[in-house]
Amino acid sequence: MPQTLGKQQSGLALPPSRPQIPKAPTGIQGLDEITGGGLPKGRPTLVCGSAGCGKTLLAMEFLVRGAIEFDEPGVFMAFEETAKDLTQNVASLGFDLDSLIAEKKMVLDFVYIERSEIEETGEYDLEGLFIRLGQSIDAIGAKRVVLDTIESLFAGLPNPLILRAELRRLFRWLKEKGVTAIITGERGENSLTRQGLEEYVSDCVIVLDHRVRDQASSRRLRVVKYRGSTHGTNEYPFLIDEDGISVLPVTSLGLQHDVTTDRIPSGIARLDTMLGGKGFFRGSSVLISGTAGTGKSSISAHFVDAACRRGERALYFAFEESPSQIMRNMRSIGIDLEPWVDQGLLRFQSTRPAFAGLEMQLTMIHKATVNFNPQVVIVDPLNGFIIGDNATEVKSMLTRLADFLKTKKISSMFTQLLSSGVTQGTDDMAVSSMIDTWLVLRDIEVGGERNRGLYIIKSRGMAHSNQVRECLLTDRGVELREVYVGAGGVLTGSARLAQEAQELASKLTRKQEIDRRQIELESKRRALDAQIAALRAEFEVREAEAMKIIAQEQAQAAQLLQERVEMGLSRSADL
Amino acid sequence: MTTLLAKPEEAYLLRLYVAGQSPKCITAFVNLKKICEEHLAEKYQIEVIDLLENPKLAGGDQILAIPTLVRRLPEPVRKIIGDLSNTERVLVGLDLKRRK
Repeated sequence: MPQTLGKQQSGLALPPSRPQIPKAPTGIQGLDEITGGGLPKGRPTLVCGSAGCGKTLLAMEFLVRGAIEFDEPGVFMAFEETAKDLTQNVASLGFDLDSLIAEKKMVLDFVYIERSEIEETGEYDLEGLFIRLGQSIDAIGAKRVVLDTIESLFAGLPNPLILRAELRRLFRWLKEKGVTAIITGERGENSLTRQGLEEYVSDCVIVLDHRVRDQASSRRLRVVKYRGSTHGTNEYPFLIDEDGISVLPVTSLGLQHDVTTDRIPSGIARLDTMLGGKGFFRGSSVLISGTAGTGKSSISAHFVDAACRRGERALYFAFEESPSQIMRNMRSIGIDLEPWVDQGLLRFQSTRPAFAGLEMQLTMIHKATVNFNPQVVIVDPLNGFIIGDNATEVKSMLTRLADFLKTKKISSMFTQLLSSGVTQGTDDMAVSSMIDTWLVLRDIEVGGERNRGLYIIKSRGMAHSNQVRECLLTDRGVELREVYVGAGGVLTGSARLAQEAQELASKLTRKQEIDRRQIELESKRRALDAQIAALRAEFEVREAEAMKIIAQEQAQAAQLLQERVEMGLSRSADL
Repeated sequence: MTTLLAKPEEAYLLRLYVAGQSPKCITAFVNLKKICEEHLAEKYQIEVIDLLENPKLAGGDQILAIPTLVRRLPEPVRKIIGDLSNTERVLVGLDLKRRK
């Protein structure tokens, strides 16, 4: 069971006890987060921007999602495009307007205004518009209304004074009807809208922007005003793709992530040992820096492989190589990623960063992550994002990305290419402060060849090894070996092999020497033993001889004594 | 007496869209009758459509402003908005007078 530490705050940290104005959720990814729940319910919202910004699309998506996801039918009153054009245009996003209209969830009303056909002859008002709109609203019980675009009214009707007065009346009327309305308008030079509509529609104003910088286009959205609610006031990038609009919200304004003490393996056993024995923290971010060809992507591949083996999903953002190239390259070191792709556990997303602006990239990453919901994310490499001198923007973008991934408790691994000749510790993107674990792959050049060494610069929250390990790419994957520290310093590669061979040889020689001496000793001992044996044998012979002579002498002495006694006895017989 | 472009050959079919009995609508109707009697002799037909009673008819002729006079015949269809107090403009709009 993972332990979670720390308290969690989500979104924009609104104090929960205060009442909020009611909001109509838009269903557009990211927009509801920025606005704190959606657009103001029952009130008009102004969406302005220049041509091609996406105003009509935003309004249409608001209506369609309202009808499908929130059961709020809507009326789209179009002054610019015909109903048929609109239906066709949004069909590519998967919005089937015809069926919605048939189900009475939507009304699409095209109002035709042709200035040249109209002759103004006195006082009038726009009651006809009211009647038409009222009719449509009542026909399906609509709760949402879109007027796209107000500029056409100003272009078509000759008297702006009457028009303005009627628009004021219209917005009041919409409020009374209780419908949540979006009105679209063109961006003005000095004012938010060309016609100065923000004077009348002042409950909520959203501005869309579309600019091109360094040949890459980026779209931004900004909530300029939102009466009665706190809202994110920054510019948020958004993108328009086959699912509609996706806005990238900044999710964590404070550093209030939950953390766990779970550890996950890196996929390389020796590396786990270097990391306090257990691997990375789940939900932490890892940076692998290294010069070209040092094995950064290979380490990432191991990490992904290990994750997929555990049944977890991994999302691999490849900014330099195509997915098939990566898989082919990894197969050569014994890692086969294809089965994971087939099982749906691994997904590659591959684009060149220069292809879209920085915010677009971030939004795409965000969207892909939200859709796929992985536990592991790889970004390989980070360098592609630096174009020109946008280093500060890159840092801000990476901070947001790292924050977002942490909040979702996704473990992330980033690779960074260092230019050769750069020593460790140099961080041209200043990203290391956001990273929990930093591995560096360094070239060790000695004796005419280049080998790789890996070491850990930092790993927050755990004891880690400070030893440099030699990093080898074998056909069994990445292997880490002890680095040889010999008399000449650190040795790797063939110098190390040479040194190892030499040591082996001298060890062998020493052993032989020892054996030889032992044999010598043994033979000396034997010789000595033999000598001793010979001496002893001689001694025994002498001893036997001597004993014999002694015995003889003793016998002779005894005999003499005997004879004397007998002689004495025989002599004493004369008495 | 204003000079006419030509005597109308075919009958004029005119539709006046109003919303209830507001002062503008009444003024428009009165003005319309006057202009028709003066310039169109017998060859005209006026239909008054009250959008408050028949709101669905607003879409057909694309009516936004009230009151609106639509000249259905002769073709092409012309729209004249306002209470018709500017007779000159009405005549230009109905193609009974050349635009200055």
